[in-house]
Amino acid sequence: MHVELKNINKHFGKVHANKNINLTIPSGSIQGILGENGAGKSTLMKVLSGFIQADPGSEILLDGKPVKMNSPADAIQYGIGMLHQDPLDFPPMKVLDNFLLGIPGSFFPNRKEATQDFILLTQEYGFLLDPENYVDALTVGERQQLEIMRLIFLGVRLFILDEPTTGISASQKEKLFSTLKKFPEQAMTVIFVSHKLEDVESLCDRVAVLRAGELVGEVNPPYQTKKFVEMMFGKEVTLGDKQPTKIGDTVLAMNNVALEDARLKIKDINFEIHAGEVVGLAGMEGSGQDLFMRACAGLVRPVGGKIQLKGQDLSGKSYHTYKHAGVSFLPAARLEEALVPGLTLTDHFILAEQPKGIFIDKPAGEKLAEERIKSFNIRGTPLSNVESLSGGNQQRAELALLQDPLDLILLEHPTRGLDIESVIYIWNKLKERCKQNTSIIFISSDLEEILQYSDRVLVFFNGKISNPLDANKTNVKELGQLIGGKGWADEEGSHA
Amino acid sequence: MLKSRWSGLFFQLIALVLSLTVVSLILLSIGASPLNAFSNMLTGSVGSTRKIAEVLVSFVPLLLVTAGLLITFSAGLWNIGVEGQIVLGAIASVWVFRIFIDSTLPPSLIIFLSFLGGMFGGALWAALTGLLKTFGGVNEIFGGLGLNFVANALTLYLIFGAWKREGVASMSGTEPLPDSFSLDQLGELRISPTALIVAILAIVFVYFVLNGTYFGLKLKAVGKNFRAAYLLGIPTWQYSMYSFLICGALAGIAGAVQVAAVYHRLIPSISSGYGYLGLMVAMLINYQAIWAIPVAFFFAALNIGSIQLPIVMQLDSSLSGVLQGILVLFVLLVEGFRQKFIKRSSQT
Repeated sequence: MHVELKNINKHFGKVHANKNINLTIPSGSIQGILGENGAGKSTLMKVLSGFIQADPGSEILLDGKPVKMNSPADAIQYGIGMLHQDPLDFPPMKVLDNFLLGIPGSFFPNRKEATQDFILLTQEYGFLLDPENYVDALTVGERQQLEIMRLIFLGVRLFILDEPTTGISASQKEKLFSTLKKFPEQAMTVIFVSHKLEDVESLCDRVAVLRAGELVGEVNPPYQTKKFVEMMFGKEVTLGDKQPTKIGDTVLAMNNVALEDARLKIKDINFEIHAGEVVGLAGMEGSGQDLFMRACAGLVRPVGGKIQLKGQDLSGKSYHTYKHAGVSFLPAARLEEALVPGLTLTDHFILAEQPKGIFIDKPAGEKLAEERIKSFNIRGTPLSNVESLSGGNQQRAELALLQDPLDLILLEHPTRGLDIESVIYIWNKLKERCKQNTSIIFISSDLEEILQYSDRVLVFFNGKISNPLDANKTNVKELGQLIGGKGWADEEGSHA
Repeated sequence: MLKSRWSGLFFQLIALVLSLTVVSLILLSIGASPLNAFSNMLTGSVGSTRKIAEVLVSFVPLLLVTAGLLITFSAGLWNIGVEGQIVLGAIASVWVFRIFIDSTLPPSLIIFLSFLGGMFGGALWAALTGLLKTFGGVNEIFGGLGLNFVANALTLYLIFGAWKREGVASMSGTEPLPDSFSLDQLGELRISPTALIVAILAIVFVYFVLNGTYFGLKLKAVGKNFRAAYLLGIPTWQYSMYSFLICGALAGIAGAVQVAAVYHRLIPSISSGYGYLGLMVAMLINYQAIWAIPVAFFFAALNIGSIQLPIVMQLDSSLSGVLQGILVLFVLLVEGFRQKFIKRSSQT
């Protein structure tokens, strides 16, 4: 499908989110769309997929014909399908039921026929999906595959993928890319939206870069990373030099700890983290790193072994005991677990202070909020409700809630979905903490981030934990292999 | 403009007009004059000092219950069991009176003790709902509803069993308590100034707890996001329990007022539906304590005003309930529309 966007403008109130964008995507190509958060990528894709309508005067031409789309269903009629960052599926239902959804047809679907179609389709694309399995048993990557199958079956000729490589494993990413590369052969067009440079570089035939709502330019291969960064940010950004950490006393120690949840068992964990140290946890989602981290926070009770914080035995104690002892946990699900929608930033800062006494000192609370908002560069006011903030600002707000001093900070995906500048900002703040002898353990699916900011790395695979790896001596390739389950031959349990 | 407080008020006025219209249509359909009915309700509620006093008699327990419910709603709990908590408050206060029936202590002290008893009884009943929820995984709506039935059964058992009137056990209730156990009255009027003051103190107390204390802020955090509140370091289930206890205690006072100021004995439906009515008031004021007094007064006035209807117009007095229910539905509906408009206007 040949796609032409002409003079696309979109205003949200006073915000001009898309400024006069002109872009032509030839049939059978993979087009990359690159840009930092708020550059206007999502707006443009929502316009193209019928979620929102562009301002009058904007034109979309499909195979030369102007079209008008009022809803995503319209877009599907025209053959445009969007794969969202978080799969829009129905976890309590079966794979086949999800596949059948949205397919126009009779009131009583023919399940037998649909099963056959589904199996044929999965075979053609080399996916392994059981139609009778339940969606909540699938990984994010498999749910993505299911969604792709569904869209293909609906006759979609233009695929829009929004940050599809977030939260999926390296092998699933490989699989996804090889599938996408087959699409152009069948005259299908792919639009790949991302802020991950390497993904865009390895996949796309051409890349358009957006900045502040404008199309800055298009780039053809061979790509230069430096050039992309310049176009995205208008200036070159470096992640900053790595400084060697002075290793202090042991903060948290695990002795022969055993952990269990419904899916995984982790045995014989022996691990120590020292003051001022940063340990990155790598692994496919659900490999045990989240269980490990929640055990460090006191949210998961070990079934065996001993956890000590600065020599104090905390095994089997509650989360609140850990918290009072100086352990802070920042979950990835910001509005579900970390913040309280409906309360203001001031309310949050007041609560995080663990106030004693009866009456709230409102002026003091607002003063505190103003200080934190300033020092953490949060775009919001003391009286803004947290749900009104953007994701990046919510993340900063979470960090701003951290108390002083702390012994150990646990972070789940601290920079997921944030642009490079926010990432650098957040890590600068965290590194300041390390200088004050706070230790950090964090989970990330971004290996570059893990190598850049950790002193040591633990890799998780199916409930196994690697020996701690020196972040200066390992590399993406080695970590990638371990994450994928290779090179584990002689490792049983872990020892630090 | 849609977002301002005044637009909210404007929309609620629309809801009021709409619900009056619907009730008028209902009245017209049975051949009664709506204007006549409304004017009868108006004169029947605020037409004379005596009527206003009657409205206040109904206003006191309603305001107490609403105050309590604002606490549980803030904690994210649907305390349907408030009805039973009023009943247990009444039972406990009668129990205290029965214990001290031959005592030489000053009656005012005994009345005070009966109020404490009422608080304790209501809180105990609420605590049961809370314990069922926290440790048994029983949703507070189901637990509360179940306990409402148990409370009513307990009342009947006491009236016809343990506390029955000598020889004439009947639905009219237990033996009336001595006059000395009645709460003070304002001259010839039935309203007790003490009860009125207690109710107003209760709502002021709740307003300050919710808007000015760490306790209230934590309660709201628990209500809006239980998980995040826990991770922020708030002992969540304990706060749920506190909110049940406070609400139960306030409902218990309402029950004690029903005994000491209104009925002077235990009767079968001593709670008079104030629990459910309080739920409606709390929803209608969108959980803002500041509106509790006028709205509770309005609802009480509707209750009292409709008593006129069967006598003057041969209409059933349940018309007030119809109006109250429709009003709540329209207010919620109109608010839903307003939110939709706000969402749409912020998108374009």
